Amino acid sequence: MNEREHGPRTGGPGETFAGARLHIVTGKGGTGKTTVAAALASALAADGGRVLLLEVEGRQGVASLLGSAPLPYEERVMISAPGGGSVSVLAADAEAALLEYLELFHGMRMAGRALTRLGAVDFATTIAPGLRDVLLTGKATEAAERREGGRRSGGGSHRYDAVVMDAPPTGRIGRFLNVNSEVAGLARTGPIRDHADQVMAVIRSERTRVHFVTLLEEMPAQETRDGIAEIEALGLRPGTVVVNMFGPELLQERDLATMAAGGPDGTALVDGLKAAGLPEPEELADDLAGEVYAYASRRLLEQRVREGLVGTGLPLLELPKVEGGVDRWTLTTLARRLTEQGVRR
Amino acid sequence: MTDTGQAQEPASEAERLDVDTLLDDPRTRIVVCCGAGGVGKTTTAAALALRAAERGRRTVVITVDPARRLAQSMGVAELDNTPRPVPLPPPAEGAPSGTAAGSLDAMMLDMKRTFDEVVREHADPERARQILANPFYQTLATGFSGTQEYMAMEKLGQLSQSGEWDLIVVDTPPSRSALDFLDAPERLGRFLDGKLIKFLSPAGTGAFRLLGAGMNMVGSVVGKIVGTRFLSDLRSFVSAFDAVFGGFQERAERTYRLLRTSGTAFVVVATPDTDALREASYFIERLDRDSMPLAGLVVNRTHPLPPGPGAELDAERALEAATTLEEAGTHPLTVAALRLHAQRVRTHERERLSRERTLSAHPNVRVAEVAARVEDVHDLTGLREIGASLAGGGPISRGR
Repeated sequence: MNEREHGPRTGGPGETFAGARLHIVTGKGGTGKTTVAAALASALAADGGRVLLLEVEGRQGVASLLGSAPLPYEERVMISAPGGGSVSVLAADAEAALLEYLELFHGMRMAGRALTRLGAVDFATTIAPGLRDVLLTGKATEAAERREGGRRSGGGSHRYDAVVMDAPPTGRIGRFLNVNSEVAGLARTGPIRDHADQVMAVIRSERTRVHFVTLLEEMPAQETRDGIAEIEALGLRPGTVVVNMFGPELLQERDLATMAAGGPDGTALVDGLKAAGLPEPEELADDLAGEVYAYASRRLLEQRVREGLVGTGLPLLELPKVEGGVDRWTLTTLARRLTEQGVRR
Repeated sequence: MTDTGQAQEPASEAERLDVDTLLDDPRTRIVVCCGAGGVGKTTTAAALALRAAERGRRTVVITVDPARRLAQSMGVAELDNTPRPVPLPPPAEGAPSGTAAGSLDAMMLDMKRTFDEVVREHADPERARQILANPFYQTLATGFSGTQEYMAMEKLGQLSQSGEWDLIVVDTPPSRSALDFLDAPERLGRFLDGKLIKFLSPAGTGAFRLLGAGMNMVGSVVGKIVGTRFLSDLRSFVSAFDAVFGGFQERAERTYRLLRTSGTAFVVVATPDTDALREASYFIERLDRDSMPLAGLVVNRTHPLPPGPGAELDAERALEAATTLEEAGTHPLTVAALRLHAQRVRTHERERLSRERTLSAHPNVRVAEVAARVEDVHDLTGLREIGASLAGGGPISRGR
């Protein structure tokens, strides 16, 4: 397998991860956002770290990845990272987050229950502008800032070394993270507004990074570039671009252009197949030539897409395609690949 | 161009979804494409619509969020919520002649505008103005997770009633919770018809008085947390919206019934990976539970085997041959080609297994397959090829 000449720039990912505590992972649907978020959480937890993986879309994607039953609204250690670290998982939902918020910040457990009975919680978290988003991002920032010994203890060490959020897809990420202005439309003053301001301060800070998961395909790459521009325009910090499901390289890079232009040399192929003693060498050569041509064309397109992603100026991380689906074991492998590329807390 | 130009393998085990029969049948009036995000739903919808148009039907396609270049190619890059005619490309070489071409219109859904139109239709001008200006309405119309689905169905109802088209193809939004649009009428109803509304309505009724003290407590809590301005905005929204709500509900229910008629065909779209197929399986079950007519499953981006003896050469044998040649130090091109073939065969096998696993739970579901392409589709010619592939023929299997 040949070494790519334009691999991820050295030092890039390391710098991006230094000092960051909240990692928001977005990406177009179908790019493997949840898998990447889980692998990133494991990599950040390696060698004794404590990381929280937070899911906000109500899809129970982490549970299905880990082959476990649906997870409750509770931070639970679910993954052991290499070298003794642990990843806790929280499947957050807006209703539970609202009740928790009422209790935690306002000491209003009873009122919360009354509101639930009225259907007000359901209503508020569904249609009240930005409320759902501020509650979910608020949960992430609260966990990222949380100290041992309760929230008012101040001086204790952080409960988590990092928080990784499996966030909404790229198409909605700007809106999701820009909670401050969303809430501003309605709550111009009052505690919710103050809460939104605090959440936004964390999201805008040096401690937060937004990572984009993509494939080497045109549409996901385009959405990634659009998403980065949107995030930057909001004053947030993009982190890395994770190129997911990278396929194995089976042809010499220098051969790709020739193969994609005229297809492989048919005579050479037939000779080889004859030498290998395979039946119907001519017809088989036609079939294989078609496959080689398709593969080479695809690779060239992927290279063009990759160049476009390099153009974003963000460090690129690469994760291989996992044949046969991701499970706990392959997750560890993926986490190791991230560590090798400089991902650390 | 498909990726290797190989033949379409007949969908093994399951019966083939006969796309042309479905599209040609004048009783088919609506085709709804649904599926998870990123599986090629929009492309499938556009390809089906183009094929139907080229086969003689007056077709309109409602897309929700098409890729920019695809949208441009259909001339719907502007979000203007009105169907626009798409000039049909000249017929493909060797296309069957004698069929009079139909027509194709396309539109991109603007959910806010669709919602505004519904409000204007159901409320007097003064009330409509109040509703449209209310910040709660603004969120409901743009941010509420069910709105896009609801509005896609609303638009479908409108176009269906206009009688201008004899086939409507709808591309549904990539819903967080899959088939949200089926729930939209009920969900809106739950929010706007419940106890909460009575509580918030300025003209408190008996229920309000009964709940008395509890309500005041709750009101003060809400006010304290969100601010009183928030509450007053919400109150005025609820009272204004209440008046138009009955009309809303009725329309939503009518569209829901329309979807259940035999003139509607649901097409579930997936890719051959495990997650997308699991999602597809969920969609199939949900449609069945709601008695929605399912036409079949489209599996996009598959990796079929080549048409010749390559289909018989399994991965082990190919790798073995590659190793033999490599050890002899000859024929590097053949070595690479054999390894590549082995990988292709394994991918194909895995896809076949995932599909069979999904279909074993739904043995009667018909399937159509579209082979992976090198590049995304961005023009009508590409869409036409996808359409041909969906129908199991056309340029892709030519020369078999």
